Amino acid sequence: MLRTFRIGGIHPPENKLSAGKKITPLTLPKQVIIPLNQHIGAPAVPVVKKGDLVKTGTLLAKAGGFVSANIHSSVSGKVNKIDNALDASSFKRPAVYIDVEGDEWEDAIDRSEDYIKDCALSDKEIIARISEAGIVGLGGATFPIQVKLTPPPGNKAEILIINAVECEPYLTSDHSLMMEKGGQILTGVVLLMKAICVSRAVIGIENNKKDAISHFRQLAKQYQGIEIMPLKVQYPQGGEKQLIDAVIRRQVKSGALPISVGAVVQNVGTAYAVYEAVQKNKPLIERVVTVTGKAVSSPSNFLARIGTPISHLIEAAGGLPENTGKIIGGGPMMGKALISEEVPVTKGSSGVLILTKAESVRKPMYPCIRCGKCVNVCPMGLNPTFLMSLTELGDWPVAENNNIVDCIECGSCSYTCPSNRTLLDFIRLGKGKVIGIQRARKS
Amino acid sequence: MLFAIVSLGGIGAIGALFLYAASKKFEVYEDPRIADVQVVLPGVNCGGCGFPGCSAFGAACVNADTLDGLFCPVGGVKVMDQVASILGKEAGSAELTIAVVRCNGTCQARPRTNRYDGAKNCAVAAFLYGGETGCAYGCFGFGDCVNVCSFDAIHINPETNLPEVSEEKCTACGACTKACPKILIELRKKGPKGRRVYVSCMNKDKGGVARKACSNACIGCGKCVKECPFEAITLESNLAYIDPVKCRLCRKCVGVCPTGAIHEVNFPPKKEKPVVEVTEEINSN
Repeated sequence: MLRTFRIGGIHPPENKLSAGKKITPLTLPKQVIIPLNQHIGAPAVPVVKKGDLVKTGTLLAKAGGFVSANIHSSVSGKVNKIDNALDASSFKRPAVYIDVEGDEWEDAIDRSEDYIKDCALSDKEIIARISEAGIVGLGGATFPIQVKLTPPPGNKAEILIINAVECEPYLTSDHSLMMEKGGQILTGVVLLMKAICVSRAVIGIENNKKDAISHFRQLAKQYQGIEIMPLKVQYPQGGEKQLIDAVIRRQVKSGALPISVGAVVQNVGTAYAVYEAVQKNKPLIERVVTVTGKAVSSPSNFLARIGTPISHLIEAAGGLPENTGKIIGGGPMMGKALISEEVPVTKGSSGVLILTKAESVRKPMYPCIRCGKCVNVCPMGLNPTFLMSLTELGDWPVAENNNIVDCIECGSCSYTCPSNRTLLDFIRLGKGKVIGIQRARKS
Repeated sequence: MLFAIVSLGGIGAIGALFLYAASKKFEVYEDPRIADVQVVLPGVNCGGCGFPGCSAFGAACVNADTLDGLFCPVGGVKVMDQVASILGKEAGSAELTIAVVRCNGTCQARPRTNRYDGAKNCAVAAFLYGGETGCAYGCFGFGDCVNVCSFDAIHINPETNLPEVSEEKCTACGACTKACPKILIELRKKGPKGRRVYVSCMNKDKGGVARKACSNACIGCGKCVKECPFEAITLESNLAYIDPVKCRLCRKCVGVCPTGAIHEVNFPPKKEKPVVEVTEEINSN
């Protein structure tokens, strides 16, 4: 019997259309737009100015605080301007525009294909290199990982959990990376273990990626302390708290960090980025992005430079289908509809999903019939229908007492609701309001 | 029979004595005028006066030395005069205000760039993204303001998809100003005969960007600031604002605004050269 998390969860159709497709490096666009806020926390502060010549890997912006990340140029060329650019939510945020000229890399970056297994650096040096390279959690939350790797005093990490679950339907970027860069990922895992001083790591992989499981089992024999754990296919297993529950059967309390149960969770993509940063001195300037959808002529996995417009990726996957209804940044469950195809790829973009008109229509909403399905599937053990009503009423104290801030916005409640109620839309709003109230209270 | 009457009557008498004693002992004195004042107040408990409900406002009126600064926006001057006569005080002079929607991004002026498909609620949509048009400051038109209005005074015009405030019904309680996630609604001085001039836009983008998103947007050109003889107009982050206190309703700014972002309300139609103005407007569009 395979393990999974113990509360709630759903199993939507997997639709992994691009599974087994090789990672194709994408051609360079004419211009890239690199936003200065691609991570959770303070925006980075630009260190280049208009007209500067940059190489691939040149530092563009320095971290603007402890919870922040460096941003590097993903192409070589000339800084066109530093101006506001439309982000995925149609707000204008500062970004660096670079006109691409050739592809000249910084000399310090090792571009060879050689696989370097051994590393003599100490834990502090590894974290320094990671923070220098501007690596953030590539699973989607984009949390700067040097913060995660330096736990608050009094907490001690016992185990490193690697998230290779990829529970979102459609997405295969992590899967393809695992099949092609297995050795590098495992070296990255070893480096992360060294950085947080633990001797044990578990890589959780969902059982729908059998090839990856056997491939990793084979590779893991060469490394000490790395265990591969196949997990039952269940959404949202990729959630940090859900994965910890599935792998080590410990539950993180409301409001607590995973470190409180001795666990540090990192994504496989992050482990690969750590390998490249530490062993190859390469900052985070490109990532694997899945472009998929039922109407897309060739769903694929691309290695895209940060800042490439989404339209460039769609073009490479065979162009925008005629009956497109929505373009979604991310997977179908947690992704957000994009307002324009000119939005750039950021550090957190794991996929681009193109839905047809028929697929993207929301069904009409009916009154709640009190069936309790949303309560059953909520992986955080919340009462979504109640939380939605509380948000509609604006009753923030009661919503806070009912742990609205614990919501991980996985969308299982909205997915399962037979009345098509917009549960998550309202809970997300309520969560934001309550977090605002809590912050105001603290300060 | 007699026994029953005597015993029940006795119990009743003892109970009555006890209740009488208790009511004397634990009596809380309340000024009887509070109840009198409350009778004349509208009783809608909207909170527009700044107090939690009509009874609290009544108590505040009774306890205050003067009625300055105390004003029931729903009842208006009439009710405040009644209150003043009950209490034997001078009615405070309060300026009448009204809710003003500061967005003129009609369907024609503000072309749609995307279609929103989620819950039809302004607060939810505002939490997700900037909106269906290029302007991230404008009205969503889902009617959160309409839902909170207790007086049926604000409605979405289906043609423009913008809220419109009814001059007669609006009591300036301020519920809509709090409900709008884009903070588009302002309580403004109603002005003599309801005449007022205001900038009907909240777009803080640079001129070109704002103009591209909406042809009625304030582009921050500053012409109105230069034109205004009373220094009532200020320009901050590409957006003009007319101070209702300083504004003397000369309407010079309305004429110079290249996009028509400045609105004049309830003025009699101009007698001279109305034809020229209309053609100018068409050209600028």
